[in-house]
Amino acid sequence: MDYLSKLEQQSIYIMREAFNKFENLAMLWSIGKDSTVLLWLARKAFLGHVPFPLVHVDTTYKIPSMIEYRDRIAREWKLDLVVGKNTEVLESGKTFPNGKATRVECCGTLKKDALKKVLEDHGYNGVIVGVRRDEEPTRAKERYFSPRDKNMEWNVEDQPPELWDQFKTDFEKGSHIRIHPLLHWTELNIWEYIERENMPIIPLYFSNANGERYRSLGCAPCTGIIKSKASTVREIIEELRNTKTPERAGRAQDKESEDAFEKLRRDGYM
Amino acid sequence: MNGTARSGDPAHRDSVNKIFMQTYAPSEQLKIVIVGHVDHGKSTFVGRLFNDTGSLPEGKLEQLQKIAERRGVPFEWANLMDALQSERDQNITIDTAQIWFQTKKRQYVIIDAPGHKEFLKNMVTGAANAEAALLLIDANEGVQEQSRRHGYLLNLLGIRQIAVLVNKMDLQDYSQERFDSIEAEYRKFLVSVGVVPKCFIPIAAKMGDNIASHSAAMPWYKGPTVLDTLDDFKVAALPTDQPLRFPIQDVYRFDERRILAGRIESGTLRVGDRLTFFPGTKSSTVKTIERWNAPSRDEASAGESIGITLTEQIFVERGAVAALENSGPFDLVRFKARLFWLGRQPFRKGRSYKLKLATQEVECEIESIHRVIDSSTLETVSRKENEMFIGRNEVAELVIRTKRPVAFDVHADIVSTGRFVIVDGLEVSGGGIIAEDNYPKRNTDPTTRSENIFWSHGKVTAPHRARRNGHPGYIVWLTGLSGSGKSSIAMELERELFNMGKNAYVLDGDNIRHGLNSDLAFSPKDRRENIRRVGEVAKLFVDAGVICITAFISPYREDRDMVRSMIREGAFIEVFVNAPLEVCEQRDVKGLYAKARANQIKEFTGISAPYEPPTNAEIDLKTGEQTVTESVTRILEFLHLRAEEDEISI
Repeated sequence: MDYLSKLEQQSIYIMREAFNKFENLAMLWSIGKDSTVLLWLARKAFLGHVPFPLVHVDTTYKIPSMIEYRDRIAREWKLDLVVGKNTEVLESGKTFPNGKATRVECCGTLKKDALKKVLEDHGYNGVIVGVRRDEEPTRAKERYFSPRDKNMEWNVEDQPPELWDQFKTDFEKGSHIRIHPLLHWTELNIWEYIERENMPIIPLYFSNANGERYRSLGCAPCTGIIKSKASTVREIIEELRNTKTPERAGRAQDKESEDAFEKLRRDGYM
Repeated sequence: MNGTARSGDPAHRDSVNKIFMQTYAPSEQLKIVIVGHVDHGKSTFVGRLFNDTGSLPEGKLEQLQKIAERRGVPFEWANLMDALQSERDQNITIDTAQIWFQTKKRQYVIIDAPGHKEFLKNMVTGAANAEAALLLIDANEGVQEQSRRHGYLLNLLGIRQIAVLVNKMDLQDYSQERFDSIEAEYRKFLVSVGVVPKCFIPIAAKMGDNIASHSAAMPWYKGPTVLDTLDDFKVAALPTDQPLRFPIQDVYRFDERRILAGRIESGTLRVGDRLTFFPGTKSSTVKTIERWNAPSRDEASAGESIGITLTEQIFVERGAVAALENSGPFDLVRFKARLFWLGRQPFRKGRSYKLKLATQEVECEIESIHRVIDSSTLETVSRKENEMFIGRNEVAELVIRTKRPVAFDVHADIVSTGRFVIVDGLEVSGGGIIAEDNYPKRNTDPTTRSENIFWSHGKVTAPHRARRNGHPGYIVWLTGLSGSGKSSIAMELERELFNMGKNAYVLDGDNIRHGLNSDLAFSPKDRRENIRRVGEVAKLFVDAGVICITAFISPYREDRDMVRSMIREGAFIEVFVNAPLEVCEQRDVKGLYAKARANQIKEFTGISAPYEPPTNAEIDLKTGEQTVTESVTRILEFLHLRAEEDEISI
């Protein structure tokens, strides 16, 4: 079995475990390449079906074509889409860059708090998230099944042991488990898989008329574009094999302080 | 330090980058864990390995240097992996992390594991996912506690490819003598736990010696560099040639079809195969193999997550293990295992836990603990008999009993159905591998299957009965040659106990053989079955709170030990009725020895069949010299002592 298939089969196994173990399961879908691969893997695991709702946390600062793309795929693939928004903060205007919020504060309210509210409102006790270990060093420490307490906090110093594909599936009431089926994939693996599966992917990743593309998708004010001529999946793969620039280099919120991202994640950020 | 270009120089880095940053598609991926004692330089090594293979992301080195400068601390390579603030503050690795790099040969996933004893569960998490391991030892400090413990655990976790890096050679003046002595000491340890190391490499991770290229500082070392060694490790092959094991993960009902979903753990499954679902005997035939957006094939092999439909609909749930009927797993309620414990609370006898094996989940408890081992010193941890448990970070050999039958294999035969984890409350707290033993294959031996009944406790418990009776149930098991005095002692003991107001009852060889066991002869097999039945009956008496006295020759040690293992620890009192053969033959109350000598009785113990004397009997009665009264008094004294230890008060 080639290594891409190994990655794929492992993810399917994890997703099926999650579906069996959690009565109220949901999957986060950011419209980006990772969570779209995750969605594809769900269809593999459940033989063409997606037997749980997809949650999209909408900050309203997303790049506009992402929303159009989201709605089209949801229609075509018959997805049960749940959209979460922090309307209170959005109405108060305390966001980045025009309000008084820093980037990290803005992420905290528009993404993290919005997510927390969706989870509470729907009572989800398992949430599938498409984070990968190679994205960012604190994500490298993650587990496939990662518990969050009532306040969504991640107790990173005391994580459950995980061995032989036996995961933590018993937990206290009120807490929930994040399930990370893509943890063992790299950015390059994601693109290799998109190529192999001939999967649809949002065109923002491809080079535009100005020779620019997005490498990582987020909110418009905090996500940079890179100079690139890569306009096909194959060209992106070639480009990634030669680059030494980290993937999240264009994500400004990570850089506000040395442990900005760790703090966000401990508090429940994806 | 000598004058040659060190691998940290920019010039060197550039040339390395050219070697490694060519465009190619990796053909395979290998997962490697880095283990060893705390502060022996694991994270530093990983940082250096990345630097020297040109795998660091742009600006990463500069960023870490800047952070160190701002914090006013010296730059550490370890900070590349130690991403958590608390890790940087304490300069130790707390949790396992993973990071990727490529050589010409393939892509590597490097798993950095913490070396501090406190974080052993994180080390296990990292190592359990690896296919090979690099174990670091500080040349200055030498072999330490976690060096040994990690070596032992790697073996238990199933990792067979291990290379040892003797680090910080610069602090020992690159001394070959020092390297040789560490290699000798640690190799001896590894071999004693069954590990054959691939090689020992002297390195200085901080400087990059012998990592990507040979070190000029150690011209005496002619072996491979670390990078050579990595490329020499093999990617674990999937067990496609082994017997089929297809544990059912879930049952889906899509498009009005019932689909059994799961991953094939070993072997190959084909359309048309007749499958049996273990535990149990249900069977059906594979109608289709289901996949989505993949080429349709009529077979699937180890590693594939698939769905299947069946020709005849049978009720199958998650946990069942599908196999071909003649090569199925064991289907039993007890097995022998080697286990490591990570839980905060010890793993205790007398409590129930959840066992997870493949997709099965079942209640279990410890039946008996044979040995608790300190995995660093390999010494047996001595504990009093009445406080048997396995503490945090300890390893044990034990027998586990499950509430319902479990489908399992011996770990040495099939890995993924030969290992399990134990859940204590909400936490995964230990893991184990199933050891070889004389497991009966299904239906050939009723011993283990009928033991399900063990768990059907009524509302009246053993302590209730003990309180009512004034004593708990025991088996007083008299063993010895024919004519040694077993029956006389048994009858006298029963009378004494009766007079003392205790509930006692004798099972005697003759009365049992005339009734319950009238279908058995005296072949070794029948003798074994005879003892097994007596044991089962005696066990029921013990459950009923009775002191059950048995008087059987019971010549085989193994059979007596089997009965001992069936009941709670301390309740089986083995009494060796120890009279010399000549004395017994001389007494010959029933005239049996004479007949045996005349060859009129076949397989007579002591004459034409063996007798294995006990090696650990609770009581040894020299009935060649002692009277029956003396013997009974000894047993009564012993029983009195036991009752106090059990703290049963009326």
